Amino acid sequence: MAEIATYHKKGRKKRRTKKVSTRVDFTPMVDLGFLLITFFMLATTLNKPQTMEIALPSKEKTPEEEQTSVKASRAITILLGRENTVYYYEGTRENEVDPVLNKTNFSPTGLRQFLVKRNYEVMAKVRELKAEKERKRFSDEEFDKRKSAIQQDKSAPIVLIKATDESVYRNLIDVLDEMAICNIDRYAIVGITPFDLDLIANRNAVTTNPNGNK
Amino acid sequence: MPKVKIHRKSTVVDMTAMCDVAFLLLTFFMLTSNLTQKEAATIQTPSSISEIKIPERNIMLILVDAKGKLFFGIDGQENRTALLEKMGKIYNISFDKEELKAFSLINSFGIPISQMKAFLSMKPEERDITAYATGIPCDSLDNQLKNWVSAARSISKDYRIAIKADQATAYPSIKKLMETLQDLNENRYNLITSLETSADLEIKQ
Repeated sequence: MAEIATYHKKGRKKRRTKKVSTRVDFTPMVDLGFLLITFFMLATTLNKPQTMEIALPSKEKTPEEEQTSVKASRAITILLGRENTVYYYEGTRENEVDPVLNKTNFSPTGLRQFLVKRNYEVMAKVRELKAEKERKRFSDEEFDKRKSAIQQDKSAPIVLIKATDESVYRNLIDVLDEMAICNIDRYAIVGITPFDLDLIANRNAVTTNPNGNK
Repeated sequence: MPKVKIHRKSTVVDMTAMCDVAFLLLTFFMLTSNLTQKEAATIQTPSSISEIKIPERNIMLILVDAKGKLFFGIDGQENRTALLEKMGKIYNISFDKEELKAFSLINSFGIPISQMKAFLSMKPEERDITAYATGIPCDSLDNQLKNWVSAARSISKDYRIAIKADQATAYPSIKKLMETLQDLNENRYNLITSLETSADLEIKQ
């Protein structure tokens, strides 16, 4: 690498000790360094997976009991169908009249729009709380406490999530996501009933026969 | 005409600085990394907006692949040994020291307990073959997963259940799993998801 510049002055005799360059070629070391970096980069998991924490009702409380205790005006039932379709209806069967079953999807203009509309007051309050937090800077614990107080509001909807056997796991996660987005605190994953399956079957029968001639 | 003398510059570059950088990065990666551990099944988790990170320790992992096959694994080598001993007692299978040692090194597995002895006697490379990943039985006649979970729970109360299911898993297998856990009074668990990207949103619409 670095050569020692040798120059010679004429006439003057001087005993020179031969200087050996102290410089070392670092190229192989750099190679090794990058090789190891590459290995570690490939072998690591940098992105730790996210999780959703859910709590299901324990077995002693049967879902049927839960359902009846839900006030019909607050209840929303979401049914997960095949190929990423979602059905929802409000309330339950009253006076021999079936609730209206709506069909939608997971796009922002689909299920979310409906949930946002239903939960508008709570969402507005949570947004206000967030703004207040920015200004006053209170602790996260207090924020969570006040947020859950808002979400426990008496008029906030209660959502029952029922998945049909044709739905896939992603649909369930998507619905749970919507709950988080729309600040709905009270929801439960419950088993589907024959009544719900009938509703879906009727609804699909109507759409295939638009004239309604059954 | 005078000859134009081209001044020759040395092409040699001082590598010291580059070496410094390389090792700095190497140190960073060595300190921050936790090595990827091989799982018994490849699973594509669904995406969600949830930003809660999964805790690093005390995880009881239940994997569900796209076909609904179940895999199970806990962390901590001593706990794994204890777990296999417990399960051996339930099913009247005795495992020797070497099998326990082999089991303590397995991250997650998806075979019925009857095949466990044969599975453990194999070389680690051979265990990858998909023929051996039949899934842990979890039906009303033979619910081995239930026993695995309750055995693991009896070893340590601190275990958190994490479910990692494929996004295309049909709901009935998820339901079966949830009912099993409900039977055991395990009502709180984590669902592992990946971060939602804008590409995911497009698919949804």
